[in-house]
Amino acid sequence: MAIWFRNLTTDWLSLRKPELRQIPFVFVAPERNRMIITAANPVAESQGVYSGMAAADAKAITTNLQILNYIPGKEARLLRQLGLWCIRYTPVVAVNLPDGLILDISGCAHLWGGERGYLKNIVNKLRASGYDTRAAIADTIGAAWAVARFGKITPIIESGRQAQTLMNLPPAALRLEAPVLEKLQKLGFSTIRSFMQIPRSVLRRRFGEAFLLRLAQALDQENEEIIPLVPPVPYVERLPCLEPIKTARGIEIAIQRLLEGLCLRLKAEGKGIRKAVLKCYRVDGKMVHTGISTNRGSHSISHIFKLLELQVSKIEPGLGIELFLLEATKVDDIDVLQEKLWAGNPGLQDSALAELLDRLAGKVGANRIHRYLPVEHYWPERSVKEAASLSEIPVTAWRTDRLRPIRLLPKPEQVEVMALLPDYPPKVFTYKGRRHAVEKADGPERIEREWWLEKGEHRDYYVVEDSDGNRYWLFRSGHYDAAPQWYLHGFFA
Amino acid sequence: MTTASDRKELISRLQKNILQWEGYKSPPAGTQELVGLGAVESAFPNGVFPLGSVHELVCSNTEQSAASAGFVTGLMSVLMQNGGVCLWAGLSQDLFPPALKAFGVEPDRVIFIRLSKDKEVLWVMEEALKCPGLAAVAGELKDIDFKQSRRLQLAVEHSHVTGFVIRNQTDKMGSTACAARWKIKSLPSEPVDGLPGLGFPRWQVELLRVRNGKPGSWIMEWSDGKFRHINMRMVEPQKLMVG
Repeated sequence: MAIWFRNLTTDWLSLRKPELRQIPFVFVAPERNRMIITAANPVAESQGVYSGMAAADAKAITTNLQILNYIPGKEARLLRQLGLWCIRYTPVVAVNLPDGLILDISGCAHLWGGERGYLKNIVNKLRASGYDTRAAIADTIGAAWAVARFGKITPIIESGRQAQTLMNLPPAALRLEAPVLEKLQKLGFSTIRSFMQIPRSVLRRRFGEAFLLRLAQALDQENEEIIPLVPPVPYVERLPCLEPIKTARGIEIAIQRLLEGLCLRLKAEGKGIRKAVLKCYRVDGKMVHTGISTNRGSHSISHIFKLLELQVSKIEPGLGIELFLLEATKVDDIDVLQEKLWAGNPGLQDSALAELLDRLAGKVGANRIHRYLPVEHYWPERSVKEAASLSEIPVTAWRTDRLRPIRLLPKPEQVEVMALLPDYPPKVFTYKGRRHAVEKADGPERIEREWWLEKGEHRDYYVVEDSDGNRYWLFRSGHYDAAPQWYLHGFFA
Repeated sequence: MTTASDRKELISRLQKNILQWEGYKSPPAGTQELVGLGAVESAFPNGVFPLGSVHELVCSNTEQSAASAGFVTGLMSVLMQNGGVCLWAGLSQDLFPPALKAFGVEPDRVIFIRLSKDKEVLWVMEEALKCPGLAAVAGELKDIDFKQSRRLQLAVEHSHVTGFVIRNQTDKMGSTACAARWKIKSLPSEPVDGLPGLGFPRWQVELLRVRNGKPGSWIMEWSDGKFRHINMRMVEPQKLMVG
């Protein structure tokens, strides 16, 4: 199916600025030192202004003509948006510059009661939203394109009747280059019929290979590929709704239905979801989406449902959702045997734990969940690193030779300290306005800066116990002679 | 006409029934010292530390919360003996994984969840306590009310996971549905073999409230990877007053 937006950019501007609807206006772009009209709105066209004219000439025809600057790349952006909107009708939508869309509607039309209902639905909706639209359905892209733009007949071409349909159309309907069209016109070929029967070799000599290719594509003698706007995801489930869905309960039912289809398929293929995206296409043309990810592949309906259930509150149904799309964007192989082996065994490989973490990540965010592994760094802040996955195991052992505080302040806090002798542990220190008399102390433990990573003073750490038995981790930054600064860095149990 | 001994037996049986209805599973006969707390365990019903329930630790300052974290880690090390995993959710960002090793817990078997609100911690704890794949769940938060603690207690009744709620710097102490309320304070350590420097971490372990048990106060030490009960008589009375 091909969709043609007759006045794409001007319609868009009229939508943005309704006051322009009654006024003739044009977009112009400089070309060879002249301002050439690239698009004119219907009012301007009715007064005889067409794109391709010089702006000065147009101004002479229509006195109240508004001249606006052409916005480069606007059509592409607009078509992209419109194309994304069309995804509710079919997953494969391609932009057809400068003013059209191509939809692969195989297997989609029956949901709207056949091709006629399908076409009517799309065109009516687009027209209602303010775009002057024409569309046609045919076996080939070329034929649909031609009929959408030049056809004065029914827009639905029956299978195999491209040739008859195209015959009466002008050569321009074949998506040809301007020089070729000029040549055809000069030679008096006013319709496709007039050159259809001419031998290929003759046509090739005169008009080149590209011309023949276009003709063959339109007549279904040559295959034509389109580049979809959204590359199709292999694991995807669609659920169009007859009535727009507005309630949370409705969304949940939809998710359940989608999952039943998707998980069954994944299970049969021995795969599990690692990442999934739920897209909800709303009646007002917006698309809201939400995603989940799991720690290990899963095709358990109940588990994935629980994860998505947490996201339901984030979905704004607006006036209602008419299409749900569940895409598994990342899947992993699942070793069924292994799952059985580990189930119920407490440990990091436990599937119940992985499912719990997925659920927690869905609610509070995966960035809040951490697991740490030891790293061979002496500097306390660098002695742990985050594990990348549940299955990652430590490569070095946890160090136990030195005491480490159970609570480490993220940033050492400065304390006032009194020490009897240089390199002695402090006798008294003041933290947050409270004086602590040190009764016992261990240290110093000198921790050097890792000079290949950063510069700065080394630290001399002391483990001290005050008279109440509370234990602190204090350090002195730098050598004693250079007026050192003392910090509290942690609390021991 | 029932005799006094009959009546006593009846009451104790009814008490046991109530315990079961409240979600305790009576441990197999002859079970003793589940978590190695020694004398402390006699304070609990049947003389057995209640696993599969929620314990509450109240702390009034950072030092006490550090001591409580150490105490909880020590208990967890027993629960995690069979390669279990535990989850530690909290508001504070400062629990330092390498230190857990000193209390017998492999830090890479702990999943930390750093949160910003009490409500989030409670939600995470409740979800985690329902998960039988965990050996223990600890949650650090500011305050918990009766309803919230009841939810946690209900969650553990199915999964039999042990939960610890560390209440940081709370002044109010409303009643909760937790099985026990603890308070852990540091005590001055004793030098080891007369050597200078710090001895083993020593705590005053107070059991402020325990359901169907006897509250009490003990002095415990963490040494050689296990709890050690310090006999009261060994400690001079004034040392008990400090803290």
